[in-house]
Amino acid sequence: MGKGSRAHFKANQPPLSSADLLTAAVVDAPFGMYKSDTDSSSAQAKSADTTKYLETAAAEPSSVPTGGFVFHGNNHGEHCIEKTPLHVLITTYLSYFILIITGHLRDFIGFRTNPAAYAHLRNKNGYAPLNSGFDTFYHRRLYTRIRDVFNRPITNVPGRTITLLERQSKDYNKSFQLKGTTREVLNLSSYNYLGFAQSEGPCADAVEAVIKKYGIQGGTSRMDNGTLDLHLEAESLVARFMGKEAAMIVSMGFATNSTTIPSLAGKGSLVISDELNHASIVFGARVSGASIKVFKHNDMKDLEQVLREAISQGQPRTHRPWKKILLIVEGLYSMEGSICNLPGIIALKNKYKFYLYLDEAHSVGAMGPNGRGICDYYGIDPSNVDILMGTFTKSFGAAGGYLAASKRVIDYIRFNSHSNVYAESITPPILQQIITSTKIIMCEEHGNDGRRRIQQLAQNSKYFCSELKRMGFIVYGVDSPVVPLLLCHPAKIPAFSREMLKRGIAVVVVGYPGTPIITSRVRFCISAAHTMEDIKWALEQISEVGDMLLLKVSEENGERVKKEKKKLQ
Amino acid sequence: MSQTFVSETAHKVVTAVNSTVSLAYDVYSKVPGATVVYKYVRDSHQNDPVRTLLELVFIVVMAWYFFNNKPKGKNEVKLTEKEIQELCDEWEPEDLVPELTELQNSDLENMAVIAGQILINTNSASGTKVKLADGKERLNFASNNFIGVMNSEPIKEKAVAALRKYGVGSCGPPGFYGTLDVHVELEQSLARFLGVESSIIYSQGFSTASSVIPAFSKRSDILVVDDACGMSILKGVELSRSTVKFYKHNDMKDLETVLRKVQESTKKKPLTRRFIITEGVFTAYGDICNLPAIIALKEKYKYRLILEDSLGFGCIGQTGRGTPEHYGIAPADVDVYVASMANALASSGGFCAGRKEIVEHQRLSGLSYTFSASLPALLAVSALEALKVLETAPVLAVQCQQNAIAMREVFQKSGISQIRVLDTFSNTPIIHVRLSSRLANRQEEEHILQEVVDTCIRDGVIVTRARYVEAQELALPVPSIKIMASAGHSKKDSEKAASVVKDAFKKVLKVHRLG
Repeated sequence: MGKGSRAHFKANQPPLSSADLLTAAVVDAPFGMYKSDTDSSSAQAKSADTTKYLETAAAEPSSVPTGGFVFHGNNHGEHCIEKTPLHVLITTYLSYFILIITGHLRDFIGFRTNPAAYAHLRNKNGYAPLNSGFDTFYHRRLYTRIRDVFNRPITNVPGRTITLLERQSKDYNKSFQLKGTTREVLNLSSYNYLGFAQSEGPCADAVEAVIKKYGIQGGTSRMDNGTLDLHLEAESLVARFMGKEAAMIVSMGFATNSTTIPSLAGKGSLVISDELNHASIVFGARVSGASIKVFKHNDMKDLEQVLREAISQGQPRTHRPWKKILLIVEGLYSMEGSICNLPGIIALKNKYKFYLYLDEAHSVGAMGPNGRGICDYYGIDPSNVDILMGTFTKSFGAAGGYLAASKRVIDYIRFNSHSNVYAESITPPILQQIITSTKIIMCEEHGNDGRRRIQQLAQNSKYFCSELKRMGFIVYGVDSPVVPLLLCHPAKIPAFSREMLKRGIAVVVVGYPGTPIITSRVRFCISAAHTMEDIKWALEQISEVGDMLLLKVSEENGERVKKEKKKLQ
Repeated sequence: MSQTFVSETAHKVVTAVNSTVSLAYDVYSKVPGATVVYKYVRDSHQNDPVRTLLELVFIVVMAWYFFNNKPKGKNEVKLTEKEIQELCDEWEPEDLVPELTELQNSDLENMAVIAGQILINTNSASGTKVKLADGKERLNFASNNFIGVMNSEPIKEKAVAALRKYGVGSCGPPGFYGTLDVHVELEQSLARFLGVESSIIYSQGFSTASSVIPAFSKRSDILVVDDACGMSILKGVELSRSTVKFYKHNDMKDLETVLRKVQESTKKKPLTRRFIITEGVFTAYGDICNLPAIIALKEKYKYRLILEDSLGFGCIGQTGRGTPEHYGIAPADVDVYVASMANALASSGGFCAGRKEIVEHQRLSGLSYTFSASLPALLAVSALEALKVLETAPVLAVQCQQNAIAMREVFQKSGISQIRVLDTFSNTPIIHVRLSSRLANRQEEEHILQEVVDTCIRDGVIVTRARYVEAQELALPVPSIKIMASAGHSKKDSEKAASVVKDAFKKVLKVHRLG
C-alpha cells in the first residue's frame, strides 16, 4: 500500500495537513475577502432584475458559520456514490420512454405533413444526410426542448457572479435572439475554484504588462523556434509547484491529453483507463494505436483483475508480453465529485510495475492543503506518479495545460507531442496569468492570499456539500469543490436550471451524453470567491427548489432518513 | 408400519403439491391477463402439440445461451492462479520513453529563446524583430505572422481592454457559461468575412481539424484523403474509424482513380457519407491544392469537401480569403472550411466555417469544442481586431505573397545547385528549402540543416528546420528549412533574409565538402 513511500510533501511553506484547513485557528481571515469582484460588479449591475440578495450581500460583511460541518478525514476508500432509489429509477425510465415515444410520433406525423423540414435527414441528390441515427433524434427531440439551459452567453468576468446576456426564443428553442438586456446572477457554474477569474488585482496587472512587452502571441509552435523566456520561466515554476524535475506547457487543456498520450503509448503498449475518464483521455488513447482496457470507476479490485489478466495473457493473438502498461486516471472526477483512490493505485503500481498518468484537471489548485492536487491531499510524494497532468483553465483562471514528470520524460515528450511540434505555443498573456497565480498559490507573492483562497474554498465546499446531504439530496463525492446533485428525471433538468435562474443563481445541469442517461444531474462549482453568505443563501434557494421538484429522495442521508431511523430504534 | 409411513409421506406430498398448485392458482388469478395467456397456450397446444415442444426447446436454448455466453477473448489461454502470479512477477516493462538522439539533445540545449518582441516604426508595417536571450535583435522569419499584426499596438490596446473586462480564462466550456459575447461576435465576423452562413471557434488551431472530422464521419463512412495532409487531419481521420483511402499528393488523376474505385465497390451498398479531405496550402510542401479540380470531382462523385486552410486563410487570395479566393471560388462552395487563428490572425485557436447545420452539429459533437474550456476573451478579441485589420487593408495579404515570391526568386537566382526550393513560383507564405540530392543518412542531413539554421541565427535571421513527430507521420517529408514570409517585413528585409539563408547554405555545404 505504498506505506514506505508516503512521504510528506516538500513545500516551500511548512506543509499543512488537510485537517488544518478546517480548524478554527487557521481561519483568521475574514470571510468575503474577495469583495473586489463584488464591488466592481455590483456597481456595474444596472439590470433591475438583479436579485435583492446580490445587492445587499455586497454591503454586509458575512459571519463565520458556527459548526454545521465535520471533517471526515481522508475517506479515500469510500466510493461516495449513492444508489438511486428504485421508484426514481422506474419513473425516470418511464419519462424517457414517454419522451422517445412522443418524439417518434412527432417524426412520424412530421414526415408526412411537412416533408421539407425533414429533407436534411434523407438522402438527397446522391448525398447521405450529414448526421443520422440516434444522435440527430436525441438532438431534435430531446436536447432542443431544453436548449435554453445550455450555451447561455455571458459577458464580464465569470467570478463570484456572472452576467448573462438575456435571450429569448420564438420558435421553441430552434433559434435564440438576444433581448439586449443583461442580468447579474450568483455563479455556481464556473470552474473558478480559487477565484482567480478576475479582471483586476495582481494577476491582471502582470498580464497587462506582459501584453505590452511581448504582444498577444509568441509566433509559432515551440519546436519551430517559438519558445519565449516566459515559457521556460513558467515551466520551471510549474515543475517546482508539482514537485517534479521538469514540466511542459501546452496551449489547450483538452490537447494536453489528446496530443501527448500518443507519444507515451503506441503499438504493443496497453492503456488502462478508468471508465469515467474525460473525453480528452479517450481521444488521446484512441489515436495512440495502443490497446485499451477499461476498469470500473475507482474500483481497485476490478483494476487488479484487469491488470492480472492483461499481464498474464499478454498482447491479443500473439501473447507477446506488453511493452509497457500506462494507467490513466483522473484526480477528481468532475461529473461524480469522486476522488481517485491514489494510495490503492500506488500499491498496485508497486506490485504490477505499470506507469501512472494522473490527470489533475480539476484537482490541481483546488485540492490538498497546499493546493498541489491529489498527491498533496493524500500526503503522497509526487515521485510515486510518473506523469502529472493538469490544466490551467480551472483553478488558475488561465488556459492551457501542463505535464510534469522527470526531465527525461518531458524532454522526450517535447519532440513527440503533437502540440509541442505542430500546434501554436501558449500565448504570453496566458503564461503570465499562470505564473502569477501559481506564485500566489505557493505563497511566494502577495503574502497569505493563496493560502486564504485555499482555505475559503475548502470551507465553502465542505459546508455546501454537508448541508445538501443533510437536506436529503442525493449528492456525490466528499471534499470536492464540484458537487453533483442527482436530478434523474429528464424534465427536472430544465426545471431546476430555469427555477434557479429565476431566483438569481446560474447552475450547470448535465444530462446524456455527459452522464449515463438515467443519472442526469446538476453540478455546482464552489469557488473561493464565494462568501459564506453566498453559500448559505444559495443553499436556501436550492432547498426550496428541491422541495418543489421532489429532489430530496436520499435513502442514506437527510432529516427524513434520520427520523425514520429513530423510529426504528 | 412402513405402510403407514408411506401413506403419510404420500399424504404430505399431496398436500404440498395441492398448496403449491393453489398458490400458483392464486398468483395466476391475480396477475391481470393471465387467463388470456393460459387460454392461448392451451389452445395452441391442442391445435399443434409439436409447436409447444419446439417452443420449450427454444426457451431452454435461450436460457443456456444467456448463462453460458460470458464475453471472453477467443484467444485466451486458461491459466492457474499460480501461473498468473508468476507471469505478473516476471513481467518487466520497457522504459516509459526511449533515450533522445544526439541531435535532439543538442536541439534542446541550443534552443533559440525569444526574450521580447520589439516594435520598429518603419514607414509601412510594424516590423517583426525579436530580441533573443543573448540581448541581440534579429529578424524573425520563423513565425506565422503572415499579415504582420502580431505585435500591433492597436490590437494590444484592445486586448488589454478585454482583459480589464473579462479577466483571462473563461473558466468553463462553451456549453456551461463559457460562451462570451466576444466569441459570438468573432464567429459572426469570420462567417461574414468568408461569406458563409455560420462559424464555430475552437480553442486550439491544431485540435480543430481533428475534432471536426470525427464529428461528421462515422464508422461506415468514406474518407478520401491527400497523403501529404498534416498530423491534425491524420489524427481526426484515425479517430473517425471510417474507411480511409489516400490519394497521391495533389495528383488529380490518382484522386479520380480512387473515387472511381470507391464508387464501384460501394455500388450495391447503402449510401453513406463521403468526404474528400485536403489541406489548402500544404504545411509539409508549401504548395497549394488544386481546388478547382477537386471541387469538380467532388461534385461529380457526390462527395463533401473538408478543406484545412490554416496556412492559406488570411494570406492567400487578393483579399486574404484563402485558397478558395486564390482560385476565384467562393468559400461557401467548400462544405467544411477549417483554419487556424494562430497564423494570419496572430492569436490562438481555430475555427470551422460552413452552412448552419454543419456548424450547429459541432456544438454537441465537436469533441474539443464540447469538452474543452472556451478561448480566453482577450485572444478572441485580438483575433477579431486582426480580422478587422485584414478587412480594411487587404493589401497586407498581397504584400505577404509578394514577399514570398521575392524570397523564392533570391533562391532561384542564387545558382546554388545543391539546394532546391519547393514550388518555385508559388506565392504561399511557407517556403521549404531542401538539399537537392538526398544524403543516405537522414540524421546527417538534419545535422547539416541545423548548422545552416544556427548560422542564420548568428547572422541575424531566425529560421527553423521543419520538424515532425517522425514516428507518427504517414509519409515523412524530406528534411528542409522552413522560412515564413510576412507582410510585417519589408521587401528588402525579406530579400536580405533569403540571401542570409542562401549564404549560410553555401558556407555549411562548403565545410561539409558538399558544395
